[in-house]
Amino acid sequence: MKVSLKVNGADYERDVEPRVLLAYFLREDLGLTGTHVGCDTSSCGCCVVLMDGEKAVKSCTMFAVMADGHEITTIEGMKKDGKLHPMQQAFSDQHGLQCGYCTPGMMATAIAFLKHNPDPSEAEIRDALSGNMCRCTGYNNIVKAVQQAAAELSAPAAEPVAAS
Amino acid sequence: MSTTEAPPANGRHSMGQPMKRKEDARFIAGKGRYIDDIVLPNMLYLAIVHSDYPHAKITKIDKDAALKIPGVLAVITADDLAGVGLAWIPTFHGYDKQMVLAVGKVLYQYQEVAAVVATSRAAAADGVEAVVVEYEQLTPVVDPFTAKTDKTLVREDRENKTNHIYHWEVGKRAETDAAIAASDVKINERVYFQRCHPAPLEPCGCVADMNPATGTLTLYMTSQAPHAHRTVVSLVTGIPEDKIHVISPDIGGGFGNKVPVYAGYVCSAVASIVTGHPIKWIETRTENLTTTGFARDYTMDVEIGATKDGKVTALKVTTHADHGAFDAAADPTKYPAGMFGICTGSYDFPVAFTELDAYFTNKAPGGVAYRCSFRVTEASYAIERGMDLLANALGMDPADVRMKNFVRKDQFPYPSPLGFVYDSGDYHTTLQKALDKVGYKELRKEQAEKRARGELMGIGISTFTEVVGAGPSKHFDIMGIKMFDSAEIRIHPTGSGIVRAGTKSQGQGHETTWAQIVAEELGLDPQNLLVEEGDTDTAPYGLGTYASRSTPVAGAALAMAARRVREKARNIAAHVMEAPLDDVEWVDYKFQVKGVPSKTVTMKEIAFAAYTNPGPNEPGLEATYYYDPPNLTFPYGAYIAVVDVDKDTGETKVRRFLAIDDCGTVINPMIVEGQIHGGLTEGFAIAFMQEIAYDAEGNNLQPNFTEYLIPTSLESPHWETDSTCNPSPHHPIGAKGVGESPNVGSPAAFVNAVMDALSPLGIKNIDMPLTRSKVWSAIQEATKA
Repeated sequence: MKVSLKVNGADYERDVEPRVLLAYFLREDLGLTGTHVGCDTSSCGCCVVLMDGEKAVKSCTMFAVMADGHEITTIEGMKKDGKLHPMQQAFSDQHGLQCGYCTPGMMATAIAFLKHNPDPSEAEIRDALSGNMCRCTGYNNIVKAVQQAAAELSAPAAEPVAAS
Repeated sequence: MSTTEAPPANGRHSMGQPMKRKEDARFIAGKGRYIDDIVLPNMLYLAIVHSDYPHAKITKIDKDAALKIPGVLAVITADDLAGVGLAWIPTFHGYDKQMVLAVGKVLYQYQEVAAVVATSRAAAADGVEAVVVEYEQLTPVVDPFTAKTDKTLVREDRENKTNHIYHWEVGKRAETDAAIAASDVKINERVYFQRCHPAPLEPCGCVADMNPATGTLTLYMTSQAPHAHRTVVSLVTGIPEDKIHVISPDIGGGFGNKVPVYAGYVCSAVASIVTGHPIKWIETRTENLTTTGFARDYTMDVEIGATKDGKVTALKVTTHADHGAFDAAADPTKYPAGMFGICTGSYDFPVAFTELDAYFTNKAPGGVAYRCSFRVTEASYAIERGMDLLANALGMDPADVRMKNFVRKDQFPYPSPLGFVYDSGDYHTTLQKALDKVGYKELRKEQAEKRARGELMGIGISTFTEVVGAGPSKHFDIMGIKMFDSAEIRIHPTGSGIVRAGTKSQGQGHETTWAQIVAEELGLDPQNLLVEEGDTDTAPYGLGTYASRSTPVAGAALAMAARRVREKARNIAAHVMEAPLDDVEWVDYKFQVKGVPSKTVTMKEIAFAAYTNPGPNEPGLEATYYYDPPNLTFPYGAYIAVVDVDKDTGETKVRRFLAIDDCGTVINPMIVEGQIHGGLTEGFAIAFMQEIAYDAEGNNLQPNFTEYLIPTSLESPHWETDSTCNPSPHHPIGAKGVGESPNVGSPAAFVNAVMDALSPLGIKNIDMPLTRSKVWSAIQEATKA
C-alpha cells in the first residue's frame, strides 16, 4: 500500500506491506533508529513519537499506513536550528536517563504533555508519563527533567544577545 | 609551566564530582546504537518456535509448510545442531549442560524448539507460525518440593536419575542447632523469594556475521560479558578465539539478564556459518520473560536464636532452590549458591549454618540475575526479614534489635561465621543517620496514634550488608577463567587519551566514571578521555559487568593502570625538568621538583614530551593493568520504608522511602544516586508487583508486560537518599560498588513495613509480591475470627 507522510520535516512516499507497524517503518524503511521497541503489547512506551506536532502516539500500535497524510516527529527531529530541544537538554542536565533505551519515547510523551499542560504539578507529570516504562532511573530525575523543561519552555523568549 | 585550571569544589580534580554524563549526547539525540539498530548487507532474520507445553515428548517436527512460505530459507532443529556438535552446550559454571533447541522433549513452556531463517523479519515470523510440532504431554514438575520426590524425572539425559542437583552447606551445623535450641527466644519462619525477571527494556538479540573469506565470526550481541562470551563460543565451537570478534553495542539495560548464552545467539551463529549471510535475531518481550535468565525462586527457612534481652545467639537458613530445567545459574565455579553465605548480614552471630538443596523443575533455567551479586539478594532478604520477626518475638523495636547486634566498627576487618571477611563499615552510625533523618521517633508516635484509631501504618527497616566485586582469583572463576578485570590507557601527544576496560556498561555510565578515575590519577581533563568497552578485538580481557563488580574490580584496574602511566610520566618529567628522579613528586595533580614549588610540569606537557622529547625513556605513554582483587567489597546501607495499608482494599501506599547507602568512595555522586533510585524502583517492583509464577500445569502466567508488571512514574515512590562513607581499605581508590545495593536491601524494608502495619492483626508473614489481593486476603483471614 502507498503511504505519504512527513517525518521530521521531510516528505516521504513509500509502498509498504499493510501489516508494517509505524515503529518498524520509521526504523527500517527510514533508518530512524532512535525510536525503540521494547515489548509486544504496547505497554512500554519506548516507541512513542509525536504525531502532528502535539500528540504522543505509540508507533507500535499504529500501522505505517495509518500515518498517511500525517506529520511525525521522532527523536531525530527534535533539535531545532542545531540546538537541543529543552527536553533533551533537561534529561541530560537532570540525569534523567541511564541506558537510554526508554529516553526517546519518554521525551516525546513529555513534550506532547507540556503542550497541553505547560505548568504541571509533580503528580500531573507522574500521571502523564505512566504509559512509559523506565527500568534504570526510578523516575525521580525524569520528573525533575520535565520540570526543568517546563520552566524553560514557559519562560518568556529571551532577547537575542549579541555574540560577545 | 603550571596549570591555570580552577580547583574543583571538593579539592579533588575529578573524583567525587557530579560530572554530567558523556554518553548522554548520543542517547538524547536518538543516536545510541543498540543491537536492533545494526543492519548489515544481505542480512537474514532468525525467529524461534517455542513449546506450548511445559513437559512433553516431541513426536514430530514438520517443516514443510514453513519452507513453502516465500522468504523462508531454512528451519533448524536440534538434529541440525547435533550435526555440528551444538545440540547441547555447557552451562556457565560447567557443572551441567543445556539444550540449545529441544532434544527429544521439551522441559519448560516456551522452550526453544526450532529456528526459522528467512529474508525478512515478517517472513521469519510467518515461518514460525507454520512449523508444526507434535507433542506427547508428560507430567510437569513445577516446584522443588514435588521435584524432591523424584516421581517424575525432569532430566532423563543425566547419569544421576534424580531431580536433585546439588547440596551445599557452610558453617557449623551441630553448634548452630545446639545454640538455637538453648536460646531464650527463637524464630523459625519460611519465607519465599519469588521467581522474578530482570526485564531490561531492550530485549536480547544478536547479529552473527561469518565472513566466509576470512573465516572470522563477528558477533554483535547484547552481552554484559563480551570476552567471556568469546571464550565460551570458541570452546564450544572449536573456532579459534582470534577468529571470533564479539562486539557489544549500546545495551538497553541488563540487570544480569544479558550474561547467559541463549539459543538465539547459538542458532544465529550456526545459520551464519552455514549460509555465509549475517543473521539477525531479536527477542520478543514474551521470549525475554519466558526463556531468559530469571532470578531468585528460593524458599528459605530462617531460624534465629536470641537471649531474652535481644542478643542473637545463632542463625540457620535452610533453602530449597528451584533452578528450572538446567543448572544454568551463572555462578562462579566454586560457589554453587553464589554469595548466599552473606546471610548473617550486618549482625555479629557467634555461630551460623546454612544449607541449600537445588532441584530441577519444568521451568525456565537461569537464577542469578536481576541486579544481584550471586544470591546476595535472597540472603539479605532472609536475614532482614528474620531480624524483624525476631524483634516481633522479643517485643523489641526492630531498630533497637539491629543496634544491639550490629558488627561494631572496631571489629573490621570482620570475619563472618560463614567465611567472608568484611572490609569496613560503621553500621551503628549509618542506621542512626537514617533514624534521625526519617524522624523515626515521631513516626512511631504517629503510628501509635493511628493504631489507636484502627489505621494500618507501618515502618520497615533493612540494614543490609552486600558482598560484591567478584572476585579474588583464589576463589572466583567462571569455567576456570579467573574473575579479575583489566584496564588499558593510552595518552595521546596532546594530553587526551583512550581508556579501555574489560567491563561493559548497560546504563551505569562507565564512559563518564572511568574517565573520572583516570583523570583524577593523572590530572587530565575527563572530557578528553574517551572510554571504550565491549569490543573484544580492542579491549583488554575482562569478565564483564554484573554483580556490582565493575567498580570494585575494573575500577581498581583503571586506577592502577593510571598509576603506571603516572610513574612512567614521572621519569619523563625528571628528564624534562632536569632533576634526579627521586626529586620528582606528584603534587596537586602536577609533577614538581621536591622543595621547589615553582618548578612544575603538567601531565599534558609530559604527554607531549613522551612523543617529542622522552630523553632516555621509552617513548609513548601507555599502560595496561590486570587487577586481581585481594578481597571482595562489602557495601551496606540502612533503608527505611513508611507505608499506609488500606484495611478495606489491601492497597499499600509507600509514603516515604529513605535510603542511606555506604558504598565507600564515590566517583560521581549524581550517577551513584541515579543507580540507587533505579535499584530501589526494581526492589519496589519485586516487593509489590512482580512474579514469574507457574500454575500447577506448568503454564507461565506472566509472559508479557500486561501480566509481569513494571512500575511506572505513577506507582513509583519518591526516593530520598543520603550516604555515609567508609572506604574499602583494600581497594586502590576505596570504592565498593553500588549498583545492586538498592535492589538487595529494599525488598525487606518494604515487606517489613507492611508486616509492621499488619502486626496488630497478628499477621507475621506474607510472601512477595504484596499485591492488593494477597494483603486483602490476609487481612480478611486474620479478622474473620
